[in-house]
Amino acid sequence: MATTAVPSQGHPPSSTGLDNRKIAIWAFIGSECMLFTSLISTYLVYKGKSVVGPFPHEACNPPQCAQALPPILDIPVTSASTFVLLMSSLTMVLALAAVENKGKPGWGPGGWWGLGSSKLWLLSTTLLGAIFLGFQAYEFTAFVREGLTIKTNLFGSSFFTLTGFHGAHVSVGVLWLLTLLAIDMRRGLGPKDALIVDLSALYWHFVDVVWIVIFTLVYLIQ
Amino acid sequence: MATAAAAPARLHSEGPSETGLWSWLTTVDHKRIGSLYLYTAFLWFLVGGLEALLLRAQLQGPNGRLVSAEMYNMLFTMHGTTMVFLVIMPLSAAFFNLLIPLQIGARDVAFPRLNAFSYWVYLFGSIFMNVSWLIGQAPDGGWFGYTPLTTFQYSQNLNIDFWMLGLQILGVSSLAAAFNFITTIINMRAPGMHFMRMPIFTWMSFVVQFLLILAFPVITIALVFLQFDRFFGTTFYLTSAGGDPLLWQHLFWIFGHPEVYILILPAFGLVSEVLPAFSRKPLFGYPVMVYSGILIAFLGFGVWAHHMFAVGMGPIADTLFALTTMLIGIPTGVKIFNWIFTMWGGDIRFTVAMKFAIALVALFTIGGISGVMHASPPADLQQTDTYFIVAHFHYVLFGGSMMGLWAGTYFYFPKFTGRLLSEKIGNWHFWLAFIGMNLTFMPMHWSGLMGMPRRTWVYDAGQGLDLYNMMSSIGAYVQALAVLVFVYNVVRSWKKGEIAGNDPWGAPTIEWSIPSPPPDYNFARIPVITSRYPMWDAKSPELMTDVPHTREGERGIDVDVGGKHVGHVDHAIGNPPGGKVMSDHAALPTAKQLGIPMPNPSIKPLFVALFMTLMFASMLPMHLGQPKLAVIGVITFAILMTLTLYSWLLTPLEDHH
Repeated sequence: MATTAVPSQGHPPSSTGLDNRKIAIWAFIGSECMLFTSLISTYLVYKGKSVVGPFPHEACNPPQCAQALPPILDIPVTSASTFVLLMSSLTMVLALAAVENKGKPGWGPGGWWGLGSSKLWLLSTTLLGAIFLGFQAYEFTAFVREGLTIKTNLFGSSFFTLTGFHGAHVSVGVLWLLTLLAIDMRRGLGPKDALIVDLSALYWHFVDVVWIVIFTLVYLIQ
Repeated sequence: MATAAAAPARLHSEGPSETGLWSWLTTVDHKRIGSLYLYTAFLWFLVGGLEALLLRAQLQGPNGRLVSAEMYNMLFTMHGTTMVFLVIMPLSAAFFNLLIPLQIGARDVAFPRLNAFSYWVYLFGSIFMNVSWLIGQAPDGGWFGYTPLTTFQYSQNLNIDFWMLGLQILGVSSLAAAFNFITTIINMRAPGMHFMRMPIFTWMSFVVQFLLILAFPVITIALVFLQFDRFFGTTFYLTSAGGDPLLWQHLFWIFGHPEVYILILPAFGLVSEVLPAFSRKPLFGYPVMVYSGILIAFLGFGVWAHHMFAVGMGPIADTLFALTTMLIGIPTGVKIFNWIFTMWGGDIRFTVAMKFAIALVALFTIGGISGVMHASPPADLQQTDTYFIVAHFHYVLFGGSMMGLWAGTYFYFPKFTGRLLSEKIGNWHFWLAFIGMNLTFMPMHWSGLMGMPRRTWVYDAGQGLDLYNMMSSIGAYVQALAVLVFVYNVVRSWKKGEIAGNDPWGAPTIEWSIPSPPPDYNFARIPVITSRYPMWDAKSPELMTDVPHTREGERGIDVDVGGKHVGHVDHAIGNPPGGKVMSDHAALPTAKQLGIPMPNPSIKPLFVALFMTLMFASMLPMHLGQPKLAVIGVITFAILMTLTLYSWLLTPLEDHH
């Protein structure tokens, strides 16, 4: 029977067997839930409380508004951008699988264009995220053109702040994915890097799920 | 006390890499970071105390003319903000840093550089907020910053900008630290350190970290709205646009009430370490202490609107929040009784730490009972915004948190300096603080019930308030004297205090098994834990009859950690063959000699924190008619921060081995 329980050299194994970073990112996501809950609650509390138009789902007619304003939300366009973001979660899953299985027998060829290529799927996820941001930029500028800014009314303030915060999170995700892509191009990501890709995937899926909630509550429910 | 060993004060030789300013700026050692928190928070305690003294000097007699009304607003706002965010929270953070890794048997926290980052953000954020004094525009909207008073319409100078940007910066510090400690406690416990064997301070700290990560995002968003209203003209709190000023109150108190438990639970944890050690009895009802801590935190999220009875939320909301508030008195009361039962029949030693701990039990009970009084809306409508409320929360925050933190300071000073604080001077400190505290805050119950309003800079003579206010002011001066005595005690004991040795108090938990001050790697060998009080297993087994253990027959069991077989145990920490306490050697080997990998020091966390603070500070010119300057500043510092962050993340924590 050994007298030393844990070797004095090196790091003792973790209590749960999980990596520290994995636990930290879950704690971080828990915290982010409260952040978005506060934003979404405020949007809902202020729903229908705007004194002047434009409104999200209803037209604003004189005398309430100086000129007639149609409902401002463009649901078909946002449905398209939502689809894009949902697809990015799929490509993220494929990217993680590609990193985890790289070099294993039976796994597709590496390089750029094989279906088992982590570069391909990381790039796809990044591009889909960027396209979503493009949609958001288009939506914001269209709204401003139609007379809704962050100052116009309670809807404008709470809408731009909520979706803007979400957009900022997507931007951070895109930056994160670009960094992983750069590392992949420089030295290649393999099974030993699965954790760092997993962390970004958790964040990316979280940001996606938040968008599903926002899309439902802000766009779909009238 | 009697067991003070005759070991030299500093057991390990300090190489050139360990001293000097640069080593402090780049440190990633949790003990050094904890010390930095402690020193910084204590300096702000002196500043916040000075603000309180000015307030009391102004109110010493009727129609005081020491400060103007505007100055008075700034003083009480900064006194509250300082004491909450720059003193009690970081003092608690200091103890989290110093103690959690030692109590769970770890060599450091999970993310040492993130830990350094948290401290530097706190330091820079606190400096930023107080720079406002230098330009005479300190925050003046109260620590709660109610809108619409704090909106641009009613406050067009920089006062509120300093406050809200400062709080945003400090929030980052608290959140980063909370992620770090949650991970540390979940994942870095020594083998055998089950959750129900963790020292109770670590348990209460664990609960507090969850409160932090769930409560701080809410105030972050409330502050973002305020920031957007003030800088970009949004309408969140603008009544003319249909905005609801109560939105702020709800968001603030959803943060603000859990914040109360963030302030008190660490002190509860410290006292739960001190009382058993000086009663020579295990903590009474350890599991119930844990559960009541969790329950307090859980209920703490459901009571916020009791701060808002006066706004007229209607009978149903009032009743609901009154009930949850009274409910939270139950787990709190359980803790009080458990402390009393811990002392009951114990072999009590009245050291200074013990006196402060007992003072917490007594004074917090008074504050707790007055708290249950204004849990009732009809009573609250009489008491709200009067000095009765001031009396209540100073009994729980000064009588509770500060007394607990002082108990912790006297208890743990020897662990981290190697020397004991003087008991003789400490007694002076205790009695002056105790008497001064009661003399200050007890009369406020009466002046409050007589109708003296809070946050008002003068009162007229002949309303029966003169005597009570004079008593409160004299009490404040006595407290100031107590703090001076404490400073003298620390300065003197640092150089001349009695040598402590590993375990000066005969305390039960594993931080007392290692040298004082601990070597940078904490534990030469990671201990294996077989009970809640390993040190008493070795030194005072007769105290351990009722404490659950790994059973005798299981001593030689295999130890599995995270599904991985890591070896066999045949003895626990403090219980090695021959009965000699581990690591009690005259000269300690270095980490290198032991082959323990240590994280490299890094200056990058400091720069990321600095650039982040400057990024927030760059928003100030928005109100000086320089929006372009603000945008350029924010973008510049954001880029610098991101680049430094990349450089940090791409540098490995340790050298490869």
